[in-house]
Amino acid sequence: MKVQSGLYYSEDHEWVRVDGKTAYIGISDFAQHELGDIVYVELPDEDDEFDKGDSLGAIESVKAASDILIPVSGRVIEINDELDDAPEKVNNDAYDAWLIKVELKDDAELEGLMNAEAYEAFIESE
Amino acid sequence: MDDLKRTPLHQTHVDAGAKMVPFAGWDMPVQYKGLVPEHEAVRNRAGLFDVSHMGEVDVDGPEALAFVDYLVVGNVKALEPGKVLYSMMCYENGGIVDDLLVYRRAEHSFLLVINAGNIEKDDAWIIEQAKKFDVYARNRSEDYAQLAIQGPLAQGVLQKLTDLDLDTIGFFEFKENVEIAGQSALVSRTGYTGEDGFEIYTSPDVATKLWTEILEAGKNEGTEPAGLGARDTLRFEATLPLYGHEIDKDVTPLEAGLGFFVFLDGDDFIGKEALLKQKSEGLELKLVGFELLDKGIPRQGYNIFHNGDVIGKVTTGYKAPTVGKVIGLALVDIEYTKLDTEFEVDIRGKKKKAVVISKRFYTKKYKK
Repeated sequence: MKVQSGLYYSEDHEWVRVDGKTAYIGISDFAQHELGDIVYVELPDEDDEFDKGDSLGAIESVKAASDILIPVSGRVIEINDELDDAPEKVNNDAYDAWLIKVELKDDAELEGLMNAEAYEAFIESE
Repeated sequence: MDDLKRTPLHQTHVDAGAKMVPFAGWDMPVQYKGLVPEHEAVRNRAGLFDVSHMGEVDVDGPEALAFVDYLVVGNVKALEPGKVLYSMMCYENGGIVDDLLVYRRAEHSFLLVINAGNIEKDDAWIIEQAKKFDVYARNRSEDYAQLAIQGPLAQGVLQKLTDLDLDTIGFFEFKENVEIAGQSALVSRTGYTGEDGFEIYTSPDVATKLWTEILEAGKNEGTEPAGLGARDTLRFEATLPLYGHEIDKDVTPLEAGLGFFVFLDGDDFIGKEALLKQKSEGLELKLVGFELLDKGIPRQGYNIFHNGDVIGKVTTGYKAPTVGKVIGLALVDIEYTKLDTEFEVDIRGKKKKAVVISKRFYTKKYKK
């Protein structure tokens, strides 16, 4: 399972890539592997605001729907439209297939997340 | 998880890296390599399932025929020894106790195969009903392991392991004491996938050997172990009902679109009066197939709306791997069951458009 360095990870297997005040959010390679073939990604609307831990949408594998819990608070500034017709991109490259881009509300929340090394240890212990 | 039951193949699944999940009180493999590849293996080649969690009940005795004919909705009297009947047991009110396979082993000897999650309930029901008959009914679930090999290449694979010409077992027929890889088994040409294939009942202590031998024999044909995940998508595309989804105690066979299996012109059976009444008065709700027109995946229990009113519920829905569309089965108010009727499915708070289509999503590839 690939763990991309330079990202922040949550215990719910989301990743956050920070770019100034904005952050890209996706799910980890471990998560896409656990889910299996992804057939639909339900994303929020632009301008929706979420608090850390809120459900931002769902990833549907053949078998079931799984909530995606947002690992940082913020306002949605863009959603990845490509996933609407090609949800399998999340399976193909989980770190390239970001789900949403948010405007970070509080940088300090990032400190509560894991780095790649810590996340790798975390998934091994799961 | 310690209270979950395990099939004789449990360790084999774990060793093969299967993902194990609780199902109907059992710790079962939901997938090995992946649901979709396993589904495709069964549609195109062959897949092997461990279905040892299924329940088996033996019914024997002088009145066994009269009893089983009274117990289930089908015409058991027309079932010849060596043949299998798909049927249902109903309550007096027509609701379904369980669906089952009835194997007629001899004139007065039957094997009933029931759903894993219903074993205790069914056993109690059968024993209670059997009191009025001179029969000996007993739960034999612990004495049987069951494997299912399904797919267009299933027969060729299984044939390598037995001297019996499998062509002699027709669709919904079976033979006992068939030697497979040196082990004695009951073999029927039955299944739950919409493909040709066989179900093999054997002693639990030889299950692992049989499993391994079948996979080994089917290597060149691309035979794959398949989990409950693929079993569900396969049975769904073939419109085969699953207890707890399309059918349950609150749904009658007629509402579930299974009237074909109900023999109303013969002798009395439990629930017959209620079903006759329902047939003459007409149905209030019925199982339909639908295709989702908007994006999303309909799942069991999601409400169906028409003009703001709830008119039914989804019983199963998938992005169906072989059919390639997002389709579902739903129990809806009879007014909205005609082909091309449009309604909406409430998917996680959003109403998505859907249209009624034929339930025959996938053309079954049985060898008849």
